[in-house]
Amino acid sequence: MITVTPNALSDSPNKMDLTNIPPEQIALDIKGLNLYYADKQALHDITMSIPKGQVTAFIGPSGCGKSTLLRCINRMNDLVDICKVTGEINLHGENIYGSQIDVAALRRKVGMVFQRPNPFPKSIYENVVYGVRIAGEKNRRNLDDIVEKSLRSAALWNEVKDRLHESALGLSGGQQQRLVIARAIAIEPEVLLLDEPTSALDPISTLTIEELINDLKKQFTVVIVTHNMQQAARVSDQTAFMYMGELIEYSDTNTLFTTPLKKKTEDYITGRYG
Amino acid sequence: MNSWFKSGSPWVWLSAGGVSISLISVLGLLWLIASRGLSYFWPAQIVQFEMLDEHGVKSVVIGEIYDRESIPTEQLAHTTIKLDPNQETVERLLIKTGNRELVSLDFRWLLVPQIIKQSTPENLVVIERRTNGNFYGVIETLKLDGEVVELSQLTVLLERVEYFQEQIDDLQKADIGAINYQLERLRLKERKHLLDDTLKAQYTQLEKKLMALRHEIARDQLTVRAMDGQVVTINFEDVLAVTFNNQLSTFDKVGLFFSQIGGFIVDDPREANTEGGVFPAIFGTVLMVLLMTVIVSPFGVIAAIYLHEYAGNNALTKLLRISVINLAGVPSIVYGVFGLGFFVYMVGGSLDQLFYSETLPSPTFGTPGVMWSAITLAILTLPVVIVSTEEGLSRIPSAMRHGSLALGATKAETLWRIILPIASPAIMTGIILAIARAAGEVAPLMLVGVVKMAPNLPLDGNFPFLHLDRKFMHLGFHIYDVGFQSPNVEAARPLVYATAFLLITIIVALNMTAVSIRNKLREKYKMLEH
Repeated sequence: MITVTPNALSDSPNKMDLTNIPPEQIALDIKGLNLYYADKQALHDITMSIPKGQVTAFIGPSGCGKSTLLRCINRMNDLVDICKVTGEINLHGENIYGSQIDVAALRRKVGMVFQRPNPFPKSIYENVVYGVRIAGEKNRRNLDDIVEKSLRSAALWNEVKDRLHESALGLSGGQQQRLVIARAIAIEPEVLLLDEPTSALDPISTLTIEELINDLKKQFTVVIVTHNMQQAARVSDQTAFMYMGELIEYSDTNTLFTTPLKKKTEDYITGRYG
Repeated sequence: MNSWFKSGSPWVWLSAGGVSISLISVLGLLWLIASRGLSYFWPAQIVQFEMLDEHGVKSVVIGEIYDRESIPTEQLAHTTIKLDPNQETVERLLIKTGNRELVSLDFRWLLVPQIIKQSTPENLVVIERRTNGNFYGVIETLKLDGEVVELSQLTVLLERVEYFQEQIDDLQKADIGAINYQLERLRLKERKHLLDDTLKAQYTQLEKKLMALRHEIARDQLTVRAMDGQVVTINFEDVLAVTFNNQLSTFDKVGLFFSQIGGFIVDDPREANTEGGVFPAIFGTVLMVLLMTVIVSPFGVIAAIYLHEYAGNNALTKLLRISVINLAGVPSIVYGVFGLGFFVYMVGGSLDQLFYSETLPSPTFGTPGVMWSAITLAILTLPVVIVSTEEGLSRIPSAMRHGSLALGATKAETLWRIILPIASPAIMTGIILAIARAAGEVAPLMLVGVVKMAPNLPLDGNFPFLHLDRKFMHLGFHIYDVGFQSPNVEAARPLVYATAFLLITIIVALNMTAVSIRNKLREKYKMLEH
């Protein structure tokens, strides 16, 4: 059984009834989502509501579909030719799979950080302002402000403030990952998707990123996919357990790790498989 | 034995052998071309031979030793030459004797047994001339305006002639050339219009100046005694350089060697390309390659982007890709035929009808020229650029694309801001390969724009400066022309090697420039090793 640190528990709000959140507190509303890779179904009828301003973790064994579900939220699965999605994901009551949706605009509202740090081969400064420039900001002073603010939010400012115009590839892995987070929050998204953000990092960098996630939820709704159950326990307010493309159990983190309702969840968190 | 095979050492030896063979052939090729070509510029000894032929007649031969070979005595059996019957071979020397106005052949073979005496007298001189090639002999007198003067005046007089010659060249090329060009344009534009009188006046004035200069340099003469005792008078006007090769120290020879190389690079060719320099050919080659690069790069890159990023992954795309790759295997002469038929006759002919109808029936673009050559070679090298650009695009990690797309960039923005910069080293690789291929191509150019002797460079001081319709000279074609089409193949052989060496040098220089650009880009966009 996972021990949940009292600290994390005290941070988490009072138990929330996840099946009945007031509409103004819902960030994302997923309804009846099915996903197929050609003939193979990867997600089965997922329905869940992700609350605003909190950290929601997806856990489960490899291949359970947690990353796939995350990629549905900013439509990164569109890049896979054979992928087909049915059902709805509602952001502000609007289905992001609707025909009127501008995908680029959606991705500005739903940012994403990937498993491996992927800074562009440009300077640190240019990496951070990339999305802002795309969005049309040209004023040099505004850009400078955004760089400082984003890097401070990503807890990287003090380390790189003297070498903003050096290549981002000269940073360490952990710094690169924080840079990528700074890059994602520079465009001020509403939702930040983190796809196993620490799996390629050393324990110390991991700790820094986890602390960062705790800070980030003050400004953003964070959805994180993780392999590591301790991490989910440490950083998240809600946890969803997925298995074979199905959402098995979804509740506040404390409940899920201490008194899971389903047998499968209990087997997984006690390390019987996965 | 079996374990030796298993250990893999045979393969190591085999591959090492393969590498050595390629290395040896490259170095051997360079050594041969460089040594043969560069020796052309080295001031050789002028040797005086005293000969006694089979009839007992004595004669003197003066010249440079060019070659030395052994021939079987049987070859000489039909002549009356008496040789040692025990000897199987006899050595003979090839001597460059020059003096074309006295003897029809520049070269002659001397049988070594017939040479009585061989010496290198210091007063022998080689005179490099504008016409009739080199003259070898002894200077008898120097005439300044009809008066005989001291030999020491030679350098002064030579410098004077050179000074006037430069002025004449300037007049002819720049001033008179420009007026001629303007007159031609005026004539074409308004045939019915009267010619501009001011231009005509300028022209007559310049012509007078030219005649005066001509008269000035025709003043002095040089009388020289040739090997057979004949005395020849040479006008200074004709003389380019007078060298006492046998008096030169090694230091002087090195100086002369480099100034000869310099002259070879910056001078125009003389005497049906067998003498003088190759500057127009260097210029033509480089200009054509640069034009080709400017044309092929955007088209190749755009085609590769479409094939890789936008075209669906279906049978048609595969077919297209295979066709592009196979295009690289089409013999280059076929491109030449295509260029002549399509670009020169069809496109060029239509351009003439539309825009240059006043000059018809003489064609402007409807005839081979440097633009058609550049376009033809661009098509020839297009597959190379497409293939390497596509390869570069496919090597970019998908994390880069995803990172950009996830920040709200569209596909086009991602392509323009992220993908193309990262792929730029691969694009440069394609361009390097294209340059290497195009700079060495001769066959198609013979059909679409290269000529033996172009009167004007494609770039000059007359508007619009770059004359894409002009024919041009090319080093590759120059090698072929000088080596195999010139009236004096024997004399031109070292020139062939020298030109080949120069061509290699230029291609290497073009490539090195492109490689250094690519390495800079690579350094800038190098991917972190994950």
